[in-house]
Amino acid sequence: MRLINRHPDRPSRLLLVILPFALVLFAYFMGSAERLTENPNDKLLPSAVQMTDAVKRLAFNADSRTGEYLLWQDTASSLRRLAIGLGISALAGLCLGIAAGTLPLFGAPLSPLLTVLSMVPPLAILPILFIVFGLGELSKVMLIVIGITPCLARDLEQRARDIPVELLIKAQTLGASTWTLMLRVVLPQLLPRLLISLRLMLGSAWLFLIAAEAIASTDGLGYRIFLVRRYLAMDVILPYVVWITLLAWLMDWGLKYLTRRAFPWYEGAAK
Amino acid sequence: MSFITVKNVWQQYADQVVLEGLNLQVNEGEFCTLVGASGCGKSTFLRLLLGQERASRGEILLDGQPLAGEPDASRGVVFQRYSVFPHLTVLDNVAIGLELPRSPLLGRLFGSAKKDAREQAAQLLHKVGLGHSLDKYPAQLSGGMQQRLAIAQALIMKPRVLLLDEPFGALDPGIRKDMHGLLLELWRETQLTVFMVTHDLSEGFSLGTRLLVFDKVRLDPHAPGAYGARITYDIPLNSERRARSQAIDALPAPLAGALRIA
Repeated sequence: MRLINRHPDRPSRLLLVILPFALVLFAYFMGSAERLTENPNDKLLPSAVQMTDAVKRLAFNADSRTGEYLLWQDTASSLRRLAIGLGISALAGLCLGIAAGTLPLFGAPLSPLLTVLSMVPPLAILPILFIVFGLGELSKVMLIVIGITPCLARDLEQRARDIPVELLIKAQTLGASTWTLMLRVVLPQLLPRLLISLRLMLGSAWLFLIAAEAIASTDGLGYRIFLVRRYLAMDVILPYVVWITLLAWLMDWGLKYLTRRAFPWYEGAAK
Repeated sequence: MSFITVKNVWQQYADQVVLEGLNLQVNEGEFCTLVGASGCGKSTFLRLLLGQERASRGEILLDGQPLAGEPDASRGVVFQRYSVFPHLTVLDNVAIGLELPRSPLLGRLFGSAKKDAREQAAQLLHKVGLGHSLDKYPAQLSGGMQQRLAIAQALIMKPRVLLLDEPFGALDPGIRKDMHGLLLELWRETQLTVFMVTHDLSEGFSLGTRLLVFDKVRLDPHAPGAYGARITYDIPLNSERRARSQAIDALPAPLAGALRIA
């Protein structure tokens, strides 16, 4: 049978899902054990025990200097920045996208502007943000907003244009004004697409967040990673990276779940 | 005085003439079917009537007044596809027509007004045979059911003119026959003026009280876009149905209303 026609059945699919993860973990711990037998003070590939100790220290023992539980404090700070940034971006992107995609008179000036703005590398203007907004929370949130909003807006603009013109005509024959048409026809059809767009932009949002925290911050997951880098503390860095990955994956899953639950009519929701 | 008057209407895109010198008088309550080869301007004419496009020359009068230049609640429409809102349930798809004009700020009604609108919508949906799928989304309906919904959606507005752009083009023959029955029944009841574009000649002949054939009378082989289509045949049809509707029109209003419902 040709390879293209062969499908895994349920149990073998599960096995195939687990296999690559297991292989990576196996390779890591083999390497780690080998290096540690050669040199017990090796810091590059810490063992599971060393990483568990580090996590325990950061998550369940209060920091001797501040009295805070560092892992949870870092997580809360980072998630707060991320949530505010994503929230503002979603709102701004939605408004800009609907305006540019539905109203030709708004689309004419907005559309090229958004295209150009989305090409500006956000990290290149990070110094400007620090100069303008200072080193506080605002500049970090702004980096996420500036980095993500143009892309979200462009995607939603395109989706708004994809709404068949027949539906817009139909709404007008049903007595809709421009405003109520946007409110009851365009907006509800774009909301599920907004959630999908957000899912796709989550990676970039985390990137901008960690970059901003690495450069100027006093807490946050990115800050911690870049802080302990000075001590080659791989036993902290690796669990932090796993934790960030887990958080990102949970957010992705949550948005997917929300899309499916809140918009059962949306055909792309199952994907 | 005719209900709809088309006076010397031309429609032209760049140097492509689609319609030329169109003149037409249509009385209220007529069922006009529009047939002709592909690309001969039937749908263009329908878009002009809808207000989706404006004529390059000439004018269209509705009840003596120039037609509004954009789609509005006086003209209902059913397209071949994309006629219903995918994000609303069957019931809301129809109820939205009652909500939009009454709530200019939010486009939706609340409380008892909402309940009334939904009841009215449900009644109409029962009549078109969708009473058992009020809570479904359009994607869960078959093509024929979706077109039933689209027709109900257009009729809830009580428009004076109903424009149908190949509404049954994508349906299979059996379903199409059911839809013809439904459409004629609704037309008899409401006495709407209907314009229906169709590719199916027999459909055009069996449904309409008037068949309009669009065709190009002049053709320049070196410049295919130089001349547009005209109405080449204007055939009165189904005279008995037409006569019945005119007879009812002549009666005093209350009696006529009773007859139509019967």
